[in-house]
Amino acid sequence: MSTETHHTSAVHPLDDPPLFGRDLSFHEVTELVAGHTEKKTPTAWFGAFALANAGLLLLFAMIAYLFWNGTGVWGLNNPVGWGFAIVNFVFWVGIGHAGTLISAILFLFRQQWRTAINRSAEAMTIFAVMCALIFPGIHVGRVWVAYWMLPIPNQMEMWPQFKSPLLWDVFAVSTYFTVSLVFWYIGMVPDLATMRDRATTGLRRKVLGALSLGWTGANRHWRNYEKTYLLLAALATPLVLSVHSVVSFDFAVSIVPGWHTTIFPPYFVAGAIFSGFAMVVTLLVISRRIYHLENIITIGHLEKMNIIILLTGTMVGFAYITEFFIAWYSGSKYEQYAFLNRAFGPYAWAYWTMMFCNLIFPQFFWFKKLRRSIPFMFVVSITTNIGMWFERFVITVVSLHRDYLPSSWDYYTPTWVDILTFVGSFGLFFTLFLLFLRFAPMVAIAEVKYVMPKADPHFYEGHGDGHAGEAAPELAKATTHTS
Amino acid sequence: MSTLKELARDIKGSMGIFDGKDESLYGLLAEFRHPGALLEAARSVREAGYKRFDTHTPFPVHGMDRAMGLGNSIVGWITVGGGIAGMSLGVWLQWWTSAVDYPINISGKPFFAIEPSIPVIFELTILLSALSAVIGMLALNGLPRLYNPLFYSDRFRRATDDGFFLHIAASDRRFDLEATGKLLRDLGATYVETIRDSGTVDAEA
Repeated sequence: MSTETHHTSAVHPLDDPPLFGRDLSFHEVTELVAGHTEKKTPTAWFGAFALANAGLLLLFAMIAYLFWNGTGVWGLNNPVGWGFAIVNFVFWVGIGHAGTLISAILFLFRQQWRTAINRSAEAMTIFAVMCALIFPGIHVGRVWVAYWMLPIPNQMEMWPQFKSPLLWDVFAVSTYFTVSLVFWYIGMVPDLATMRDRATTGLRRKVLGALSLGWTGANRHWRNYEKTYLLLAALATPLVLSVHSVVSFDFAVSIVPGWHTTIFPPYFVAGAIFSGFAMVVTLLVISRRIYHLENIITIGHLEKMNIIILLTGTMVGFAYITEFFIAWYSGSKYEQYAFLNRAFGPYAWAYWTMMFCNLIFPQFFWFKKLRRSIPFMFVVSITTNIGMWFERFVITVVSLHRDYLPSSWDYYTPTWVDILTFVGSFGLFFTLFLLFLRFAPMVAIAEVKYVMPKADPHFYEGHGDGHAGEAAPELAKATTHTS
Repeated sequence: MSTLKELARDIKGSMGIFDGKDESLYGLLAEFRHPGALLEAARSVREAGYKRFDTHTPFPVHGMDRAMGLGNSIVGWITVGGGIAGMSLGVWLQWWTSAVDYPINISGKPFFAIEPSIPVIFELTILLSALSAVIGMLALNGLPRLYNPLFYSDRFRRATDDGFFLHIAASDRRFDLEATGKLLRDLGATYVETIRDSGTVDAEA
């Protein structure tokens, strides 16, 4: 073991800390990840799945109730035309952003630690965006004409209004969903082939065989595949930054005080990454434990995510303070009132929940001990998502409930339908995530192998101490032949 | 063989699709102990003049493209094409629908202007680039290809786990069952087997 470590540092002269808990063989990685999809389904999984399914059914029931009765069953009123549906939409889209950040941006920055977590984070992205897409879809009122959002020729010979940020959102979020899905699937093809080649039943082999497209790990394929993966990462990076920017345009392009600010795009993107990483931590803390993946998803990986949570949380907090400064500095009394009303008005409780969860709590991650503590990071990951949900609530509802005309001011209260629809969306999310954990490779097997020191062919070039071990005679033959 | 057939053969070869020499012989499959040995072997096989061969590994092996004499992938150019198409679609769609087909005057704003059109142009550029990258990659790789004679080898299943394989197609001009097998063993293959398209495998340790 000690000689292994020695050689790891010989290959990586920068003395990088090892990426994985212990020195795993290639086969052990396959076994650890693929093995879980082949075992008998654990009872705990059924319990969790039943709970998630109950949530999903609740969501369906609430949507059916909404479709039958109309949006009047929600708590929307005259000044507050955007309530829970928009808050939930922005919340779920934001959660998705961490997956793309991990899979695309960290890939471009050659952050090798991402390989342990990117697959589950990408899955989270896709499921979160699916949850997000539901809300504007059911918010349109007459859902049977929701297709008017798309430029489809119709009997009225009319087209969507391309100057509206809401339509930009349709394009941004649907593109985001499509590209994320493709990125995820293409990344999974080699691992599906791994599972196909381990399959023991005919049906499993057929299904996985079809899904893995006949992948054989051919180098002629890897050559195009790696280039495509790089290109997708390079395309997804500006895409993910654009998506939450466009979401923020829904607000920023309007003239409502509290919405009409130029800081919104970067502030929304930082908030999205913040909440998304928190969700990744929540999910991985649980699933790495259940699936015994502590050697692949190490405490070091979680610590790195907590550092990103600290960084983005501080950026978000800085944005909150900047908003106040700009409101004062603008000299516009409507802007000034909007912000004073946020902090001290009828919704002050929501504002201070947001401030504590987003600005104060992540600051504890300055302490190494706390950011490496599983229970502590779990709590902060939950409070972060509570805080980020309240951020969207504060922006959406609190800005709307008192704008220019005091005669139309009102207080918004969600109805039971609002609340249960939101609860139900977690049912959808966890149903999909549990299915993913059960049936798909939750860690990118091929990518994890690729970043292991022994995947580098130069690892086997003799160090003069016989490290190559049993492989040495073959290697010696090969070199004699070429020379 | 006509040039057109030759071209088709070469293109299929670049996808790793090699026709069998005849019914009974598809090629030789050799296993190597680790990526380092495989890289050396691939280099030697290329230097020995073989063209129709491929390596199969659980992950991309660094330096293998050069060892096999493969150039840069052209999937980037396909992606650029898709991006230009997406951008043009974004411009045309917004201009034609709002300024030509059904112009509506809203607050005296221009029917078409570039500024509010940027987000949709951007999204369509990304969308079509990404889709063309993936479709282009699959086309260049000849995937999906659910039938592959290599799947007849049980040992080959480890190519997606921890096996490092080199396959030389029987249709290579230099292929000779005896001589090629000897070359592979000399290069340090731990295991060499003959792959037949009919489904039987001759294994020699």
